[in-house]
Amino acid sequence: MADALRVMGLCKSYPGFALTEVSFSLPEGYIMGFVGRNGAGKTTTIKCVLDMLARDGGHIEVLGHDAIDDQVTVKQDLGVVFDQPFYPPEWKVAQVGQALRPFYARWDEALFHRHIDRFGLPAGKRVRELSRGMGMKLMLAAALSHHARLLILDEPTSGLDPVARDDVLDVLADLISGGGVSVLFSTHITADLERIADYITFIDAGRVVFTGAKDDLADAYRMIHGGPGQATDQVRRRAIGLRSTEVGFSALVRSADRAGLPPGITDQAPSIDDVLIHIARQGDAR
Amino acid sequence: MRIVVVNSGEPIYRQIEQQVARAVLAGELRDGDPLPSIRQLARDLRVSVITTTRAYTELEQHGFITTVPGKGCFARKPDPAQAHDQLRGEVNGHLREAVAAARLAGMSAADLVGMLERVLREDDHG
Repeated sequence: MADALRVMGLCKSYPGFALTEVSFSLPEGYIMGFVGRNGAGKTTTIKCVLDMLARDGGHIEVLGHDAIDDQVTVKQDLGVVFDQPFYPPEWKVAQVGQALRPFYARWDEALFHRHIDRFGLPAGKRVRELSRGMGMKLMLAAALSHHARLLILDEPTSGLDPVARDDVLDVLADLISGGGVSVLFSTHITADLERIADYITFIDAGRVVFTGAKDDLADAYRMIHGGPGQATDQVRRRAIGLRSTEVGFSALVRSADRAGLPPGITDQAPSIDDVLIHIARQGDAR
Repeated sequence: MRIVVVNSGEPIYRQIEQQVARAVLAGELRDGDPLPSIRQLARDLRVSVITTTRAYTELEQHGFITTVPGKGCFARKPDPAQAHDQLRGEVNGHLREAVAAARLAGMSAADLVGMLERVLREDDHG
């Protein structure tokens, strides 16, 4: 299977923050959730992929082309959506299409108008007058109208209400059903990914903690719960991000460690949030 | 065909697999009836493509559907003996899981049998 995006050993450091050897790959035709708390390095990674930031080391490929050296080719296939529109605020919706057209060999004006219709974007409205959800949909409409094969969405749903978020998920589900489009979706609202994402890459403090199929993430860990007396040393040694209270405790453990725990401790499959929260908490405690 | 996915703790691929298998066994899906494509079903249920792929792969392995490359997926009537074996196998698997959970919980064999009898009675009434 060909990869839509391949990031290998990406490094980038600022004072006080470093992206260290970040590697992951997204197979063509699938959705990958890119998760981690604010400041974990999601946007830095995305900006390196888009060459908005110069990387210190590593290699990035988009649909088999070097993302930096073959940038001109790559940008034709790439659609980008940020949480705020990057168009001048005075532009009208229809003008965005006209302005983008010369840059894309496969720009499809009729398709652009179909998308803005479908998303309910008034052609005469100015960018600055758009709500967050509409601004996001405008970027999405633009990305879809030049037949982008890889969509990179950076926190697209962060400022949206639940109904607008649901709309976005519908659009993504539609896109993926064709099979020709791949999506990298960064977010800290993991509920959006719980069902729709095929793959998850989880990053914390600039390092990849997990990357792979979402089901493997759920299989790799278990959430355990028990009473206050049950948090023995044996449990504590294996617990990740232990939270104990007077009435009990909860923690994440590796699935392989589950079998060795004392009887009476209940366990269940973790949500993406469970994994994210507990691993981040464990990291902070160190 | 009706497929409903719920947050029950049961893996989603298995929910899909069981509902399609039941529709086939119940004759609701007849031999050769077309099924939604993997990607179409993922879109409609709003689940990941990997999830529906896994459900269809298991269904195919168990003989409930066939995939014709370039054409799609179709229901397939499993022969009765095979269907029976399949269901028995499932029951056996679930019972093993129940036994493992019972051991973890420190339940005795009598406790477990008692619980099974109660579940059977409840099911008869429900």
